Amino acid sequence: MNPVNYLYLAALLFAIGASGVLIRRNAIVVFMCIELMLNACNLAFVAFSRLHGNLDGQIIAFFTMVVAAAEVVVGLAIIVSLFRSRHSASVDDASLMKL
Amino acid sequence: MSFPLLTATAALPAVGAIVTAAVPAARRTAAKWLALLFSVATLALAVVVAVRFDPDGDRYQLTESRSWIADFGVRYELGVDGIGVALIALTALLIPFIILAGWHDADPLETKSSRWRPTQGFFALILAVEAMVIISFEATDVFLFYIFFEAMLIPMYFLIGGFGDRAHAGSDEKASAQRSYAAVKFLLYNLAGGLIMLAAVIGLYVVAGNFSLQEIAEARANGSLDMATNTERWLFLGFFFAFAVKAPLWPLHTWLPNAMGEATAPVAVLITAVVDKVGTFAMLRFCLGLFPEASKWATPAILVLALISIIYGALLAVGQRDIKRLVAYASISHFGFIILGIFAMTSQGQSGATLYMVNHGISTAALMLVAGFLISRRGSRLIADYGGVQKVAPVLAGTFLIGGLATLSLPGLAPFVSEFLVLAGTFARYPAVGIIATFGIVLAALYTLVLYQRTMTGPVKPEVASMPDLKVRELAVVAPLIALLIVLGVYPKPVTDLVNPAVEHTMSDVQKKDPKPEVEAAK
Amino acid sequence: MNTENLIALLVAAPLLGAVVLLCGGRRLDRVGHWIGTLLSALSFVIGLVLFTDMLGKGAEDRSLHQHLFSWIPVEGFQADVAFQLDQLSMTFVLLISGVGTLIHLYSIGYMEHDERRRRFFGYLNLFLAAMLLLVLADNYLLLYVGWEGVGLASYLLIGFWQHKPSAATAAKKAFLVNRVGDMGLSIAIMLMFTTFGTFAFGPVLEASEGTSEGKLTAIGLMLLLAACGKSAQVPLQSWLGDAMEGPTPVSALIHAATMVTAGVYLIVRSGAIFNGAPDAQLAVTVVGAVTLLFGAIVGCAKDDIKKALAGSTMSQIGYMILAAGLGPIGYVFAIMHLVTHGFFKAGLFLGAGSVMHGMNDEVDMRKYGGLRKYMPVTFVTFGLGYLAIIGFPGLSGFFSKDKIIEAAFAKGGTEGWILGSVALLGAAITAYYMTRVMLLTFFGEERWRHRATASPEQPSAEPAAETRGQHSEPHPHESPRSMTIPMILLAVGSVFAGGFFSIGDRFTHWLEPVTHHDHGDSPLSAATVTGATMVVLVVGVTLAWFQYGRRPVPAVAPRGSLLTRAARRDLLQDDFNHVVLVRGGEHLTRSLVYVDHTLVDGVVNGTAASVGGLSGRLRKLQNGYARSYAVSMFGGAAVLIVATLLMRAV
Repeated sequence: MNPVNYLYLAALLFAIGASGVLIRRNAIVVFMCIELMLNACNLAFVAFSRLHGNLDGQIIAFFTMVVAAAEVVVGLAIIVSLFRSRHSASVDDASLMKL
Repeated sequence: MSFPLLTATAALPAVGAIVTAAVPAARRTAAKWLALLFSVATLALAVVVAVRFDPDGDRYQLTESRSWIADFGVRYELGVDGIGVALIALTALLIPFIILAGWHDADPLETKSSRWRPTQGFFALILAVEAMVIISFEATDVFLFYIFFEAMLIPMYFLIGGFGDRAHAGSDEKASAQRSYAAVKFLLYNLAGGLIMLAAVIGLYVVAGNFSLQEIAEARANGSLDMATNTERWLFLGFFFAFAVKAPLWPLHTWLPNAMGEATAPVAVLITAVVDKVGTFAMLRFCLGLFPEASKWATPAILVLALISIIYGALLAVGQRDIKRLVAYASISHFGFIILGIFAMTSQGQSGATLYMVNHGISTAALMLVAGFLISRRGSRLIADYGGVQKVAPVLAGTFLIGGLATLSLPGLAPFVSEFLVLAGTFARYPAVGIIATFGIVLAALYTLVLYQRTMTGPVKPEVASMPDLKVRELAVVAPLIALLIVLGVYPKPVTDLVNPAVEHTMSDVQKKDPKPEVEAAK
Repeated sequence: MNTENLIALLVAAPLLGAVVLLCGGRRLDRVGHWIGTLLSALSFVIGLVLFTDMLGKGAEDRSLHQHLFSWIPVEGFQADVAFQLDQLSMTFVLLISGVGTLIHLYSIGYMEHDERRRRFFGYLNLFLAAMLLLVLADNYLLLYVGWEGVGLASYLLIGFWQHKPSAATAAKKAFLVNRVGDMGLSIAIMLMFTTFGTFAFGPVLEASEGTSEGKLTAIGLMLLLAACGKSAQVPLQSWLGDAMEGPTPVSALIHAATMVTAGVYLIVRSGAIFNGAPDAQLAVTVVGAVTLLFGAIVGCAKDDIKKALAGSTMSQIGYMILAAGLGPIGYVFAIMHLVTHGFFKAGLFLGAGSVMHGMNDEVDMRKYGGLRKYMPVTFVTFGLGYLAIIGFPGLSGFFSKDKIIEAAFAKGGTEGWILGSVALLGAAITAYYMTRVMLLTFFGEERWRHRATASPEQPSAEPAAETRGQHSEPHPHESPRSMTIPMILLAVGSVFAGGFFSIGDRFTHWLEPVTHHDHGDSPLSAATVTGATMVVLVVGVTLAWFQYGRRPVPAVAPRGSLLTRAARRDLLQDDFNHVVLVRGGEHLTRSLVYVDHTLVDGVVNGTAASVGGLSGRLRKLQNGYARSYAVSMFGGAAVLIVATLLMRAV
């Protein structure tokens, strides 16, 4: 199978994630969409790695996963505390940038 | 290495500022005396500098040089020429009088006891300004100069914005708003100038590779540093803009009337007689010294601006209703004369301009401080609120008149010598400019005498009927200044002897020769 | 002892007096006037010593020189404080210190009731010092110091009664108009500096012979402008009438005898420059001739005795300036008339002061009349001064004025005829207005008696009246001895000075080494000129007699013809000044204040406002919604990508 197709898939996933970030109001969903975009990038990295025949892309993909994991930890904590104080997980409610 | 005299002269008031600020709030009077003591000690050091300086010796003397930021070639380099010595002496001389005149300006207000008036701060800030001004006159490293040229703005900002006249005790909030407007305007104007200068300073470093005034001037003179014409012009403009804001030159002048009008009289003197002199001084030292060709290129335009300043400032002074703003516009007119003298590029013009800086400092101090005493008595800055003061307070009126006569350059008083030198020096090279500038002397008489007539003569207004005459402290401020005006008017030789060799150096920087008299030239 | 070392003392003595009196404070109130008078007399005595010393020398060695110190030493610009005492300066020194001392003496009585008398004497001494500096300076810059110094003293003395707004305004006006003249002097000095490289009398006058006429004309015209200001010549004459607001001794000393003649001194001193510039000389004579008529006409219309005399002063100085403009023919006579005028005009003013002293400070001549019975000494001395000024044969004015008229004819050509005729006409008008003053004051009915109830609210010009609190009918009386003695001495001078100077052309020989003399050739013989002068003199006196002697004088001035009304208003010059300069200036400054506020400051404030506005807009982008930030991030990324692709494509 042509590796370029993976790139198309990555672009598609990225677009879905981006539109999710822009459109959805629920913080959890927005968060998941960000994860989707990150994974789309990962997919693209791996695909490039294959295309160019070196391992750089795969290594960066690992980095990205680590960063994503750390982000999940921090992000979820913020969302949970937001939810606790406001009883809603809507991103628009947090427009004052403070609790 | 010998005793670092120049560093000491600048450091002493800085130490004084710290010490004064550290005095506890309850010991207010002690802080005042401390500040006075430090300023007098600085004056003593300045006298030592003047005595140790040999007018016929090297161009820069008492030099100090230490490495500072080695990576960028920034050095801590100090040195004075005759012009610098004269201005350091002027600064050190005026500060004790400013402190003495402002003795009660920062006392807590009786009406609003809750409002915190940092008395110590007032005096500490004045000393801080003194330190920075003195080091600006001493610095021969462009970067070092730039730092203190800019840093001066901070204490000045607080002095203007934080300590206003009691004249407005009635409408406190409006006065405070106007004051902060004036302070912000002062700051923004000068910061804008300073930023443009910073660009030029960096540009200079890129071109020349170091910041040393002497090295660059030397390299330019012997041809080892060649600047493209356009580069030189842009750098010149960058420097000149900052100095023209500080000086101030028309049309960059509008901050001065606001600042001088809102600040207390001693601070207004600090602005116009001391801080602004750094601008004109720097034109002589840096603009002409670093960029001689560009200076000559820009001369016609600068002369026109200076002429406009002279006439425009004087006309606006005539139209003012506020005593302090009137003095401010008069100063703008006088700064026009100074800049005219500098850029006429004749020995008489430049000696005259240097002398003018000193004399204008003294004469404005005399006039403005007496005006301050007057204002503090009546609580109003408006000319129309006065009348007939001469009858109730003859000494105050007399000193005010002498200050005014000095402002209009009456022969026999110091400013006449410098003004005539500037006019003659300008006339020798640009007769038309000299003649137009001469109109300034008529206008000066107009605004001074109109001010005197409206405030001091005529029937006594009921509000001023019980006005007390000058007190001992106030007389101690004014009398020495007036004595100095007379002495320097009759015998200015000590100052001219100090200044002349320095001016010759500047003239050789720009490679200009005085025009020869016609009769001699014909032979 | 070298006599030249005394020169500085001439200036130092009154200067010391000024310093002591002005800084001394109230403890000197009781003796201040004596200190002032003594120091002035000291100056006169030193002058006499120097004079006798000078007479003992040959004509060529009479010029003394004293170098005190270097004043402004700057590369290429050397100004020294140095004095020069030659015959011309000597003449002035004696006139200034002599008349000055007499007027000090007079003021002791005149100012007796003024609580600020000490200060008055301080100012008078300051004036003497400045005036002596003016005539003793050996260079133009030092002369300028004296020149402005007398201006300052004049300012202080005109405005001596500062609580009167009119006095303060008059003082300011005098200073300002003089400043316009000073501008001329400073430009002249700058021109000398660029032309000759110096402004000391000796080198400048020596070098001016070989200098181009254009330069000399320019210098000459600028000096003329200066002279116009100080000597109240058209077009800068307007201040002199108002200057009469000052105390009368001031009018006598400063605005009649000495300061106002400084312009004549300046022109005669700069003779060598004017000799090389015929155009400038012509301008000088024209100014002199115009002012001569102008002052005389104004003098005819004024009812204020001091202002009438002020018009006369203007006119007489016009004669001097005219003579000075004639060149070497006239210099000597200009100075001679100056000296005799110093005597009789000072005497006339002191007489006027004495009349006012006895009349509750009334100045309106229409409220005088028949005073000769009450003030015999004043009447006689004033009368002698009157005869001297109209040129009665044998008295001072006869000799000096006659010579000027003669010299004007001797100028030659049409110019000579015109100038000579103008001078003759002036003599006729002089006779007319002085006779008028004389008749109104000392003859006719006693109009002040009718006045008593008529107008008690009549504003009196001198405020001393208010302090004395007398508004009832005046009781004319003779003045105290300290006032009459100076008047008698001046009257003696007015009678004999002219004759003394003219016998054997003494004055001409005395001044010749400085001014040089040239007889010219007059188309009319001396006798013809004298005859013509006598004729116009009689005509003028008779006319005045018919108008004011035979008929009773109304106590309120009649409306008068158009010319009279214009002359009362100083021939509308003040109105012109007011409309064009004062109003115009006010509008200019007001609009400039507006421009400065709206335009110059407006640009700055506008910049600040637009920066503020822009940041206000930009602030709205920071709305806090995470999604809008995300959009801008995506947008930015998209722009970057597109840009990169485009770059690749290119």
